[in-house]
Amino acid sequence: MTEIVWRFDVEGNNFELAGHASQQTKSRLKQIGVNNDIIRKVIIAMYEGEINMVIHANGGVATVTVQPNLITVVLADTGKGIENVELAMKEGYSTATTEIRELGFGAGMGLPNMKKYSDDMTIDTTVGEGTTITMKFKI
Amino acid sequence: MTLREVANITQAQIISGQELLDTEVISACGSDMMSDVLAHVKNQSVLVTGLINPQVVRTALMMDMKCICFVRGKIPDEKVIEIASENNIVIMATKNTMFEACGKLFSRGLRGGD
Repeated sequence: MTEIVWRFDVEGNNFELAGHASQQTKSRLKQIGVNNDIIRKVIIAMYEGEINMVIHANGGVATVTVQPNLITVVLADTGKGIENVELAMKEGYSTATTEIRELGFGAGMGLPNMKKYSDDMTIDTTVGEGTTITMKFKI
Repeated sequence: MTLREVANITQAQIISGQELLDTEVISACGSDMMSDVLAHVKNQSVLVTGLINPQVVRTALMMDMKCICFVRGKIPDEKVIEIASENNIVIMATKNTMFEACGKLFSRGLRGGD
């Protein structure tokens, strides 16, 4: 298998579509025969990230790259950025509104979950310019 | 137990997926916080929840769950049922509260998963 790249536009504030990119990625990873345990890790982390982009960043672009031994998910947005990354990484800390909580999110588990399920995660963020999160998963 | 038994035990009405009621399940998860469901992944097959938005089905889908049992008499709208049907997830609805539904299912053998 050589390198496969999938790119998805994630629409901001569209809660009906939120999760669509992750859902598509899940089906495609299944189609190419990636192990189910790996798929689950990738999808949970990507779904949390996608929800974050919809909720906080007015959408963005999700890129999934599949290589023989590695899956890389890059979630890039041009939103407001994360003011305090350390705080955002803390379980239970959330800046989500009541509306988001009513959807079942905003428990302050997004970034911690992404970190937990990926083998490596980096956050590149600038307040007022946006955030790019890169997650790597070993196959 | 089968999903048919899950429905009988919780006196739930089947909303979609009638043909999948013989599916066997051994574990379940009860929550209204989808982030918590994602955080505590344990191979559960049934999601018991009082939330009825599309994100509930998407969460269940990401976790390879077989069934969503909506509690407190809530019925999801067509969009939710459509996503569930496309992905072979059984949808049922009970008038039980979350506590009652989980308690009954636990006492009849469903567990939290591992």
